[in-house]
Amino acid sequence: MILGIVTGTVTSSSNNTDIRGGRYLLINKCNKQGETKNDFLVALDLVSAGNGEMVMIAQSTSARETPTTRNKAVDAIVVGIVDVIDENGKVVYKK
Amino acid sequence: MILARVKGTVVSSQKTAKMEGIKLLLLEKIDPVTMQGKNDFVVAMDGVGAGIDEVVFYVSGSGARMAETTKNLPTDATVTAIVDIIEQNGNIAYQKN
Repeated sequence: MILGIVTGTVTSSSNNTDIRGGRYLLINKCNKQGETKNDFLVALDLVSAGNGEMVMIAQSTSARETPTTRNKAVDAIVVGIVDVIDENGKVVYKK
Repeated sequence: MILARVKGTVVSSQKTAKMEGIKLLLLEKIDPVTMQGKNDFVVAMDGVGAGIDEVVFYVSGSGARMAETTKNLPTDATVTAIVDIIEQNGNIAYQKN
């Protein structure tokens, strides 16, 4: 998974993904401290991540491994919201 | 999915059989902060009837074959949505007019 910060939402009325539920979030990739890289992607959010939160994104085929996205045209989903990251026993990120 | 702007179309008469009848779009990846193009282009199959200069996002890899119009087609990039609004930290970065 990659880490990213939720920085916004992407709304689309005309799409053919027919995915029930969830919404598209604008994600800015970040490092383990939460510093963003100005490298963006759109990910489907099924865990109701809020703006500013650090999330884990699963990409490519794995993005279809949920009941909502099975066999759907999606290649990036939010699989979890990060609470804490520790490295060598030291907390480097805390929600 | 990656945000991009439709810059044009790509026409090919000599191609594999399964590519027949599919519209190919020339997409330029965009930076959602500045909404400027990144001079990084890709050819994608059109899944939603996107028009020139419209902001879209596309699915890459095997997901590109999961759209209704591209089932089992030899594509690794399919436009699945025309973007209406990009909101960032509360303000509108882009709105389709």
